[in-house]
Amino acid sequence: MSLLRIRNLSVDFATASGPFRAVDSVDIDVDTGEILAIVGESGSGKSVSMLALMGLLPWTATITADEMMFDGHDLSKLGPAARRRIVGKDLAMIFQEPMSSLNPCFTVGWQIKEALRFHLGLDRAARHARAIELFEQVGIPAPEKRLSAFPHQMSGGMNQRVMIAMAISCRPKLLIADEPTTALDVTIQAQILDLLTGLRKETGMGLVLITHDMGVVAETAERVSVQYAGQKIEEQPVADLFATPHHPYTAALLDALPERATEKKLPTIPGVVPGQFDRPAGCLFSPRCKFADALCRATPPKPQGRDLGLARCHYPLNTDERAAS
Amino acid sequence: MSAPVMVASGLARHYEVGGGLFSKAQILRAVARVDFDLYAGKTLAVVGESGCGKSTLARMVTMIEEPTAGSLTLDGKPVVRARWPELRGDVQIVFQDPYGSLNPRQRIGAILAEPLAINRPDLSAADRRAKAREMLGLVGLRPEHYDRYPHMFSGGQRQRIAIARALMLDPKVLVLDEPVSALDVSIQSAILNLLVDLQERLGLAYLFISHDLSVVRHVADDIIVMYLGLAVETGPKEAVFAAPRHPYTTALLSATPRADPGAKHTRIKLTGELPSPLAVPPGCPFAPRCWKAQDLCRAERPELTGAPQAAACHFPMEPGEI
Repeated sequence: MSLLRIRNLSVDFATASGPFRAVDSVDIDVDTGEILAIVGESGSGKSVSMLALMGLLPWTATITADEMMFDGHDLSKLGPAARRRIVGKDLAMIFQEPMSSLNPCFTVGWQIKEALRFHLGLDRAARHARAIELFEQVGIPAPEKRLSAFPHQMSGGMNQRVMIAMAISCRPKLLIADEPTTALDVTIQAQILDLLTGLRKETGMGLVLITHDMGVVAETAERVSVQYAGQKIEEQPVADLFATPHHPYTAALLDALPERATEKKLPTIPGVVPGQFDRPAGCLFSPRCKFADALCRATPPKPQGRDLGLARCHYPLNTDERAAS
Repeated sequence: MSAPVMVASGLARHYEVGGGLFSKAQILRAVARVDFDLYAGKTLAVVGESGCGKSTLARMVTMIEEPTAGSLTLDGKPVVRARWPELRGDVQIVFQDPYGSLNPRQRIGAILAEPLAINRPDLSAADRRAKAREMLGLVGLRPEHYDRYPHMFSGGQRQRIAIARALMLDPKVLVLDEPVSALDVSIQSAILNLLVDLQERLGLAYLFISHDLSVVRHVADDIIVMYLGLAVETGPKEAVFAAPRHPYTTALLSATPRADPGAKHTRIKLTGELPSPLAVPPGCPFAPRCWKAQDLCRAERPELTGAPQAAACHFPMEPGEI
C-alpha cells in the first residue's frame, strides 16, 4: 500500500468574485522512499494541493476528496488535535522562503527544539543533543554556536538548512518540499538537493518535490506529475516524461527550455494560464494548444491509460500509432 | 569589428558600512574591479551568485551610482557625473520584477510617455502618444492596452511594458537585470525571443545580468563570471561553456541542473558559502571554497590573464580535467 494516496482532490476558494477552483480532481500516490516531483507553472495548484494535505489552507478554502489516506490515517476525517500529532512529525513540509517561514523573534535552536519537545517529548538535554545532531546532519558548520543564532544572522542557504533540520527532526515518513531551492544560488541548490536525496536514502522517507525547474526535476525525481491550471495532466517516470511526453502541454513546456533549443528562436506557448473568469469549457489547455480541434474545445478530456502517462488529452502525443505514421 | 559602444575599465564601487562615533567604518567592495567592452548588436552576460556585485555593476552602468574608481565611456565620451543627464537616455534598464517596477496608478500610455515628457521637451504631447503606441506594437502588445493599468496584465506582458518603457528614448545600451527570472518557462521563452528580435532590429547592446546559466547560454555572445566583486573569468560564450578555465566557473556549470534525466555528469560539490564581502580573503577570493587551492592562492590575488578567454586563477583548469 502506498504511503500517501489521494483520490479526486479538489480545492475551491471563496473569493469576493465567486468561487475559484485552484485544484481540480487530482490523484496523488507516493510510496515509501520514492521521490515524486510535481511540476507546473505559477497558478497550477501544485502548492495548494499539498497545503490542503497539511491542513494549512485558510478558512476560505473548501477541500473535497474521495480519499486522502496517509500512512493508514484518513486525513479528511481527522480532527485538529489528531492532525497536529501527525503533521510536523510523520508528515513534514519545507517551505519556499526560509527567511519568512522562520520566526524572527526566536533563535533557530529554540524553534527546532520546540518540535522535539512537542512531538517526541524529549527532556532538555536530549533535545539539545538531538538539535546539534540534526544541524550536523544537514551540514551546518559549528552547530553548537548556530543554535543560538537568530534567522536574520544567517544566510538564505543556512536558513533553508535549518528548515530542513526542523522538518526531519522527528524522522518524517513523508517530506514535502515546496520549491526548496528556488530562493537559493545554484551551488547552494546543489548542496540542498544532495542533502534531501541523501536523507531519503538514509531514512527511507518519501519525498514530494514541488518545483517549476525542469533541471531540478530531471536530476532529482523518479516520477513526475505535471499540473496545469489545477489539473494533473500527465504523470510518468522521469526519463519517459523527458523522452516521450504525451500531453501537448508537457511537450511544449520542454521545448520552451532554452537549453533544449536548437536555434536562436525559442518555441513558445501562446496565451496564458486560464484564470477565474476565462476557464475554457473543454480541455483547459485547448486555447493554447496547437493540436486542439472542436472536440478539445467542447469536451474536457478524461485521463488516458497508464501507458499514456494518464495524459488528460483527446489526442496524446508519442503514441505507438503516431510514432509509426 | 566596429568600435565598442561602451567601455568600462577598472570599474569599482565601494561602500562604507557601519561606523559610528566609536567604531571605524568598514569598506565593502561590492565591485572591486571589472573591465568590459560592449558592442552594438551583441550581448554581454554577467553571471554570478547573489552578492557577487552584478546588480551594483548594473547601477554603475545605468548611472544610478557613481563608480568609486575606474572609468566608463559611452560612444567615446567619458561618463562622468556632470554629463549624466545627457547620457542617461542612451543607457536604459529593465528590472527583474515586473510587478514592482511599474507604477500601479499610471496607465500604460502614461508609463511609456513619461520618459519622453522628461527628456524630450521638444516633442509635443501628440508625438509622445504616437511614439508610445508605436512602441506597444514593437514589443508585441495590442493598441487597446494603451489605456489599461499594470494590474490588468500578466507577468510576461508587464515585462514587455517594462522593455517598451526602456526603449522609449532609443537607447544604445540596454541593461537587463534578471529580466526573465520572475517568469514561468512558457512566458520566459517569449520574452527571450522578443529580446533577440529587438536586438536584431535596433542594433542594441545588451548587458544581460542573470544567475540562470541555461538562459545565459542561449542569449549571450560574451560572458563575465563574477565572484565577490571580481571578474574571475571572461570570454566568448562558446569557449567558457565548453572549457571553463576558472574552478569557480567549472563548479557553477556543474551545479546547474540539466533538463536531461539520462545525462550523467560529475557534480563538483563546493563546500561552504560565499564569504562576507566585508572580509574578502587576501589572496584569491575563491580560495576558501576551491578544491585546487594552494598556499600561493591564499597569499596572492591572481590577475585576469589570457585572451580571448581570460581567467583569474593561479592554477587554471586544463581541458578534460574533470
